[in-house]
Amino acid sequence: MAENKKKTIGQQQTSWSPLAWGLVMGIVFGFLLQKGGVTKYDVILGQLLLTDFTMVKIILTAILTGMIGIYAMKSLGWVELSVKSGSWGMNGIGGLIFGVGFALLGYCPGTIAGAIGNGSLDAMVGGLAGIWIGSGLFAALYPKLRSGILKKGDFGDLTLPKLFKVNDWVVVIPAAVLIVVVLIWIEMAGL
Amino acid sequence: MNFLTEVQWSPYAVGVGIGVLSWLSFLISKKPLGTSTSYAKTSGMIERFFRGPDVGLRPYYQKIKLDIDWQWMLVMGIVFGSLLSALLSGDFSFEWVPALWLSAFGYTPILRIIIAMIGGIFLGFGSRWADGCTSGHGISGALQLAVSSWISAIAFFASGILVAQILFRLIAG
Repeated sequence: MAENKKKTIGQQQTSWSPLAWGLVMGIVFGFLLQKGGVTKYDVILGQLLLTDFTMVKIILTAILTGMIGIYAMKSLGWVELSVKSGSWGMNGIGGLIFGVGFALLGYCPGTIAGAIGNGSLDAMVGGLAGIWIGSGLFAALYPKLRSGILKKGDFGDLTLPKLFKVNDWVVVIPAAVLIVVVLIWIEMAGL
Repeated sequence: MNFLTEVQWSPYAVGVGIGVLSWLSFLISKKPLGTSTSYAKTSGMIERFFRGPDVGLRPYYQKIKLDIDWQWMLVMGIVFGSLLSALLSGDFSFEWVPALWLSAFGYTPILRIIIAMIGGIFLGFGSRWADGCTSGHGISGALQLAVSSWISAIAFFASGILVAQILFRLIAG
């Protein structure tokens, strides 16, 4: 009996721990986003108006750090990539629609959660409801879109190293150098 | 521990922090950081609550599954993490109209809420269409050098920059 009980608790723990890790990582993510200033409308619109480059600096530094670490761990066999399949119709058109919302709302899906955390009522009252409505509309239209426009120019789960048919590091190293050059250029331009 | 009470950190420190967090999410949770699917799940769960279980049978909800998962908890965590950071630094405040909006359009809370909601509709619709957002494509996908993510990220900023310029330099200007 005691052993059975222990087993059940053990199983519960295994199903709860991914959720607990999600929460913990989310808290760290939200903390970092708020400390970076990108949970604020003014900072995000400043980026889109090209007057404040905080958001691009954060994203490029995160890509640089993340890319080197993930590809190093992939080389060691510690992690597997999780690449999203895509197409021109999906990512090109969807991305352009997203950008309209990005500029009108002034937050993106990650930063709006942070904006709610630091008290932005436009995010909480207007933006959140809008995202739910927009997502629901897409779910209703999905059967009509999935085998048409979303498949236009399909390229699957392609990565740049696969596209160029080269070793990962042949892309990772120049990409890292390029990001550093862009960041130095942004700093030298005083942005 | 003074840095915890600072209002703003260097963007490079924050970027490195998010990069390291992405290593941990791959290592521990075997998932890339992303957020936007969770809003679609919540939207589906709200609709299912009001309109009944048939909502869950829609093909899109069969695909993404209407459940509380790792990413949903991640989004919840972002709210609390940001709240914690803002409280520690005294940066928390309830605000209807951001300063930049105020300088361009005056104190117009209702207009701001309406535009925020229209923006949210485009953002929710577009993130489902593109299958990701600034986190899932812009950071996690881009750092894996995914072609889908680089196309998405470039499109997010291209149309975002265009619409922001129209809004602030043509309409408000």
